[in-house]
Amino acid sequence: MRSDARAPAASSTGARAGRVALVILVLLYLGVVLIGPLGALGGELADVGVGAALGALGREDALAALRMTVVLTAIAVAVNAVVGTAGAIAIVRHRFRGRALLSALADLPLAVSPVVIGLAFLALVGRDGVLAPWLDALGVRVVFAFPGLVVAVLFVTLPYTIREVAYVLEEIGTSEEEAAVTLGASAWQTFWRVTLPNVRVALGYGLLMTMARSLGEFGAVLVLGGSISGQTQTATTFIHDAIEERELAPAYGMAALLAAISVLLLAALEWAKGRRARAAEKEADR
Amino acid sequence: MNIRVEHLSKRFGTFEAVRDVTFEVRSGSLVALLGPSGSGKSTILRILAGLDTPDAGAVWLGDEDATRVHARARAIGFVFQHYALFRHLTVEDNVSFGLDVRGVPKPEARRRARELLALVGLGGLERRFPSQLSGGQRQRVALARALAPEPKLLLLDEPFGAVDAKVREELREWLRRLHDEVGVTSIFVTHDQDEAFSVADRVLVIHRGGLEQSGTPAQILDEPATEFVARFVGEVNVLDARVEGATARAGALRAEVPTGGPEGDVHLVVRSYDLKLWRDDAGVATVERVVTLGDRVRVHATVDGAGAIVAQFPRRSSLLRGVEPGARVAVEVTSARAYGSSSSM
Repeated sequence: MRSDARAPAASSTGARAGRVALVILVLLYLGVVLIGPLGALGGELADVGVGAALGALGREDALAALRMTVVLTAIAVAVNAVVGTAGAIAIVRHRFRGRALLSALADLPLAVSPVVIGLAFLALVGRDGVLAPWLDALGVRVVFAFPGLVVAVLFVTLPYTIREVAYVLEEIGTSEEEAAVTLGASAWQTFWRVTLPNVRVALGYGLLMTMARSLGEFGAVLVLGGSISGQTQTATTFIHDAIEERELAPAYGMAALLAAISVLLLAALEWAKGRRARAAEKEADR
Repeated sequence: MNIRVEHLSKRFGTFEAVRDVTFEVRSGSLVALLGPSGSGKSTILRILAGLDTPDAGAVWLGDEDATRVHARARAIGFVFQHYALFRHLTVEDNVSFGLDVRGVPKPEARRRARELLALVGLGGLERRFPSQLSGGQRQRVALARALAPEPKLLLLDEPFGAVDAKVREELREWLRRLHDEVGVTSIFVTHDQDEAFSVADRVLVIHRGGLEQSGTPAQILDEPATEFVARFVGEVNVLDARVEGATARAGALRAEVPTGGPEGDVHLVVRSYDLKLWRDDAGVATVERVVTLGDRVRVHATVDGAGAIVAQFPRRSSLLRGVEPGARVAVEVTSARAYGSSSSM
C-alpha cells in the first residue's frame, strides 16, 4: 500500500519532464513543416507588395479561376450533402450483398493519389477512352472541360460526409428511429424529424471537410481539366501556371487568399468539433 | 383490446429465438413476460409491435389479424429499454411527437402532452431536454410519449432495467397505479421475478424461446408446471429422489408430493422456505453453516444420503434454538413438487 502511494509522486516528476519534452518536440516540428512555410509565404507576399498581389487577382483569368473553384466547391457540397447522407444510411442501416465492398470503396479516394484517379478517368472518358464512342455520339466532352472538373472534385471529396455520417449513425443505433415508427411516423417523417437532426453536426463537419478538400484539390483537376486559362483553370492550377510563367504577384495573391479561406474553414471545423464533443458529452451522461 | 398470439416462431440464423409460442392477453390486464436474458421474451415483444416479423404464426389484435400490419399502423405504444427519447427534442416535443406526425393540430397536441406529463408527475419539466433528466424521469417521459397517441396496447421492454434499485421499486408501484388509472392493456418484459410478481396480473414464463407456464403470480409460485419454472422462481433445493405413491424419498429425507405426478426417479424441488428443521440428535441431517441475512436466517445443512440443502427462517424463529454448525437436526418438508428427471433443464 505504502509503495503504491509513493509511486505516482515519484513518476510524476519524470512524467512531467517527458510531457514538456514531448510538447517542445511537437512545437518544433509544427514550426518546421507548418509555420515556417506559411511565414515565408507572408514574407514573399510583403516583397511583391500586398497591394500588387491582391490587385493581380482582379485580372480576368484570375477571376475566372476563382469563380471556377467556387462553383466546383458549391457543387461538391451540394452533391455530398445528399449522396453522403444517403450513402451512410445505405451502408449502416441496410443489409445487402456487397455492403462491405461499398463501404470499402467509399474510402478509396483517401488511399489513391488524385493524379492516379485523374489518369484512370482519362482512360475511361478521354479521347481514346473506353466510353469515348458513346460520349462522342452524345456530343458530351468530359476531359479538358467543365464536366471533367466536376467528376474530379466529386471523386476526391466522396469519403468525407459518408464517413462522418455513417460513424454517427452507427453510434446512435436504431432505437430512436424505431420509437418514431411505433409512434406512427412514416419513413419520410422519421428521416426528417429523427435521423437527420441526429446526424446534422456530423453532416456539417463532413461538408466543411469537403469544402476544404475541393478548394485545395490540384492533381485530379489538372489531369482531367488541363488547366486551360479562362476555361478549366482553378485557383490551385492558376497558382501553378503563374509560377511557371514567373508571375509572382498573382501567384502569391491567390495563395494568400486560399490560405485565408483555409484558416476560416479551420475555425469553423474547430467550432463544429466543439459542438460534436458537447453532443457526445450530453450523450455520455444519459 | 384482447391480444392473441398463435404458434409464433422466429429464427435468427440458426438460433431459435421464439419457438411455437401461443398465449392470450385479456383486455385491460397487465401481463409480465418473465424469463432469463436471451430467452426470447424481448423478441416476442418486438414481434407484437411489428418491429420484427415472425417466421411463422399469427398476431391478433382484437379481431384483426395484424401479423402483416406495419408497425406504424398498429397503434401500439412501445417503451424501449433505454428509453430511446429523441435527444434533440424537448420533453414536451417528445411527448407530442406521436400526435404531430398524425397531423393533430399543434395547440391540441401541446395540451395533450402537458396533460400526460402532469399524469406521470413531470409537470414543469416541459422545456427540458432528455439529457437534463434523471433515469427515472426519462422513463416517465418515454411512457407519456408512448401513451400520447392513445394506443390500444402498451408494450414495455425491461422498463426498469436501467434505473437503480430504489427508483425501480418506486417506479413499479407507480406503473401499477398508472395502469389501474389509464386501463390500457399492457405487456412488459422482465428478467426480475419480484418485478413480475409484484406488478402483473398474469405472468408468462419464457424459457429458450418457448412458453413454460402462464398463470397468476400465485399459480406460478405455488404450482410451477415445469422444473424450470420451479427452479427459476425463488431459492430452491433440487434433490434426486424416488417417488412411490404420494411419498418421495431422497436419502434419509421423506416428503409428501401431490399425487398424479411422475413416479420412479424424479427431481424433487423444495423451496428454501418450505423446509422446517429443528435440533434433534436422532435427526437426518447435519448443520454446516448458519448465515444471518437481515431479518432472515439461512441454514445450510447436509442430509444423510441426499446432499446439501438450504432452508430459510425468520431471524427470531424458535426453531433455530440449538441450530449451529455440527448439530444434528430433524427435517420436515412442508411442500415439495416432483418432476420427471428427464424434464427439460
